[in-house]
Amino acid sequence: MIHTDYRWEIRERDGLLVVRLFGEIDHHNAVRLRGDVDDLLLGKRPRRLVFDLAHVDFMDSAGMGFLMGRCRLMQELGGVMAVQAPTPRVLKMLRLCGMERFMEIETDRKEAKK
Amino acid sequence: MKRTKQSAVNFVMFRLPALSVNEGVARAAVAAFCAQLAPTAVELSDVKCAVSEAVTNCVVHAYHEHAGLFTVTVLLFEDRRVRIAVRDRGCGIADVKKAREPLFTTDAAGERSGMGFTVMESFMDKLSVRSAVGRGTLVVMEKQFGSGGKRT
Repeated sequence: MIHTDYRWEIRERDGLLVVRLFGEIDHHNAVRLRGDVDDLLLGKRPRRLVFDLAHVDFMDSAGMGFLMGRCRLMQELGGVMAVQAPTPRVLKMLRLCGMERFMEIETDRKEAKK
Repeated sequence: MKRTKQSAVNFVMFRLPALSVNEGVARAAVAAFCAQLAPTAVELSDVKCAVSEAVTNCVVHAYHEHAGLFTVTVLLFEDRRVRIAVRDRGCGIADVKKAREPLFTTDAAGERSGMGFTVMESFMDKLSVRSAVGRGTLVVMEKQFGSGGKRT
């Protein structure tokens, strides 16, 4: 199935912002998603940002660039960022790109909510 | 890359404009064509990632987000091996060795991870990159489906 679109949902509580992503995060979608998410972060200024990747079917190195960019923005805003519940395929990409050096990677959804 | 004498049992060639929307189109088309070799879900996912990286390079770097064309050729071999070539006629790469280094990017401001060639190399068994400045780039990748493939 050709599925190049994405969508996202947010949940927030006490300075925690969880952005749940759906679909495929490649260069095409990352460019559009970046603008939306940055507007959200600058508006809400959460202390902790968590990307829930459980429903991300595909992520390439452009998706990694997107995550690194948001991680940097969160640092500038004085907060921290984590990703949670990546699928095994997305986790493989996160590890290949050494993302654990920049952000917490929680394989379990509950851990990242703390 | 060492040439094989084995002839392909099936192949497809398609050409698309280097638009970012075609990153998803190209990887889905290649995955659909590869399905006849019955790869595992992991193998198919690896191929999709590698194709996405090669096509994103065409869109972002070869043509600098201006329309040009790229050609994808997929060859399937009897021994469950796939060879994928992605060719553009864009700006070319001045230093291929440097471009293949992990984290190297010519566009630090653009949130590039610099991992495109590293992903292709890690997720496929073989990668060859030939490029000439002003003439374009040819990326050829191979993967063996089944037990013979490199495990990542």
